[in-house]
Amino acid sequence: MSAANDQPIGYFGSYGGRFVPETLMAPIAELARAYDKLSGKRKFRKRLQSLLRDYAGRPTPLYFAERLSRELGGARIYLKREDLLHTGAHKINNAIGQALLAQSMGKERVIAETGAGQHGVATATAAALLDLSCTVYMGEEDMRRQRLNVERMRLLGAEVVGVDAGSRTLKDAINEALRDWVTNVRTTHYVLGSVLGPDPYPRMVRDFHRVIGDEARRQLRRQAGRWWPDLAIACVGGGSNSIGLFTAFLDNERVRMIGVEAGGSGEELGEHAARFRGGSVGVLHGTRTLVLQDTNGQIAGTHSVSAGLDYPAVGPEHVVLAEEGRVEYTSATDAEAIDAFHRLAATEGILPALESAHAIAEAINRAPGLTAKEIVLINLSGRGDKDVESVLAYDRETGDRGSGAGRQTVPRVGREFE
Amino acid sequence: MSEIGPVFERCREEKRAAFIPYLTGGDPDLETSGRLLEALAAGGADLIEIGVPFSDPIADGPVNQRAAARALAAGTSLSAVLDLVARYRDKLGVPMVLFTYFNPILAAGVERFAERAEASGVDGVLCVDLPPEEAASELIPALRARDIDSVFLLAPTSDRRRIQAVARASTGFVYYVSRTGVTGAREELPKPLLKEAKRMRRRLSQPLAVGFGISTPEQVRSVARVADGVVVGSALVRIVEEHASEPGLAERLEAQVRELADALR
Repeated sequence: MSAANDQPIGYFGSYGGRFVPETLMAPIAELARAYDKLSGKRKFRKRLQSLLRDYAGRPTPLYFAERLSRELGGARIYLKREDLLHTGAHKINNAIGQALLAQSMGKERVIAETGAGQHGVATATAAALLDLSCTVYMGEEDMRRQRLNVERMRLLGAEVVGVDAGSRTLKDAINEALRDWVTNVRTTHYVLGSVLGPDPYPRMVRDFHRVIGDEARRQLRRQAGRWWPDLAIACVGGGSNSIGLFTAFLDNERVRMIGVEAGGSGEELGEHAARFRGGSVGVLHGTRTLVLQDTNGQIAGTHSVSAGLDYPAVGPEHVVLAEEGRVEYTSATDAEAIDAFHRLAATEGILPALESAHAIAEAINRAPGLTAKEIVLINLSGRGDKDVESVLAYDRETGDRGSGAGRQTVPRVGREFE
Repeated sequence: MSEIGPVFERCREEKRAAFIPYLTGGDPDLETSGRLLEALAAGGADLIEIGVPFSDPIADGPVNQRAAARALAAGTSLSAVLDLVARYRDKLGVPMVLFTYFNPILAAGVERFAERAEASGVDGVLCVDLPPEEAASELIPALRARDIDSVFLLAPTSDRRRIQAVARASTGFVYYVSRTGVTGAREELPKPLLKEAKRMRRRLSQPLAVGFGISTPEQVRSVARVADGVVVGSALVRIVEEHASEPGLAERLEAQVRELADALR
């Protein structure tokens, strides 16, 4: 793994760490101890596995996207169908894991932040399942564009608190969740939804998601005759679904990997969430990593059509993977993601989450340059029901379809879908 | 050493706790902010905490969040706050402690920041999201080399091991956070505060200042029984917020500071 043994605890190279107010220092040390202890226990692992299988729907299928592959005329494209999980995205892997941890630590309440709403829904679901009370913080801009998920969380019994500070998106929701946690840390566990935040979160969230790549590896062996893809692609907001896919293949030099960030609507600071292009080393939300910021160290606003990628920092392990040259990080624009959304809908009958559509967009660019012997594995991290309104609004504003469109006619999705 | 130690010594000789008001630097704008520092000194501040506004202040309640937003909107940066200190530190003769988040310092470069802080006359630096463990490699040595105090926090959740770590790393004083939570005035002091502060103080050789949620003269007096210094922040920031555009803002603030500081005399 990337974290060398001589690193201080919680670091990946020089990234990671525990940059939190003193009030949280003893509790996160306790959390790390509890996680290390619990994750080694057979009983816990069996409980988690059985919930993931019988409740959440693991293993998720690996699907050979034959039509899309044929249309692109290059590599064979396989989709890891995390969108078919209960609640509609990979986030449930981590939410159930952390909710079990919270329960074993005797916490009666969980809190979470959410951007696209998928992590919020997953946490609300796990909380209902395990009888924990649940509060989810969500930026008001995100509540507007992911309204369906707000209602889902409320129906699941969670309190959804809108955050109207800053850009009113994921970053501001995390600020508010951290303030809640600082206040209620004795009774409350913070179910952080990505490989971000102070140690142990980046490694703990990674561990709960590595099942994605582990499964895909076995499935590729059965379905494609070998253990590895030539190219693995996933979108990167905080970076949880990508690290979940990549971890299984890091040791295999034959596997190229690409993480796709939100290229947003332009190149200027504030118009995108491409940390590897425009970021510099900073500390945000408890971790030292790449951050989009101005020269005074104030965190920049971000933009993406996809709420789940709309965040100014990236998980610290990704920064090391980039520095080592192990993973390449690139970005897809709003327009490319919207195009990819339509393309997958039209060719495969799958509406991807706009987050995952960024990964599809990268595959659309890369696949034609590869041969039919080569395998591209894409993590389809979530389903797109929540994004129907956003896609329709985007199409309306840009006059039909995003740039580069028009490869085929696309059936419109009716509004009754919501 | 900085001037912070002598201030606590003088207060001890006077058999009282030090009064430490907090304001966000550059709130509502840099020029007014300077006049407000004068008001703090005139009202009886023994030490002044100046907040460096940050876009994502996770340890602050709504009042200080809004202050940071106002200051940033008025163009305040870490560099501008250091200029403010340079202009007022010696003129007022009151030691100044920067209350900041780590990222602006990291963006400036830790060494470059320390140089500028020294040149500006900063007496101490308190980084609210930088525990001693993360400060050990860069910030502490950079400050120590320039006789600037590095102040760390303790909280009700701090266990014995953490108290030791903070005791080892802190110079000038230790800041005890009165409650689990963010900054902001509260009606009542937390019940275990006095006992907890005593427990912390016994394990420290440095002076102990207590802050977070203290706003009235009664609260100041009662905290002073177990502390060497009392910090009042949001209650003063609120005055700035509510009267920002009025001509009598500085006088009003000074009167409030005097009332709070007098509670210790």
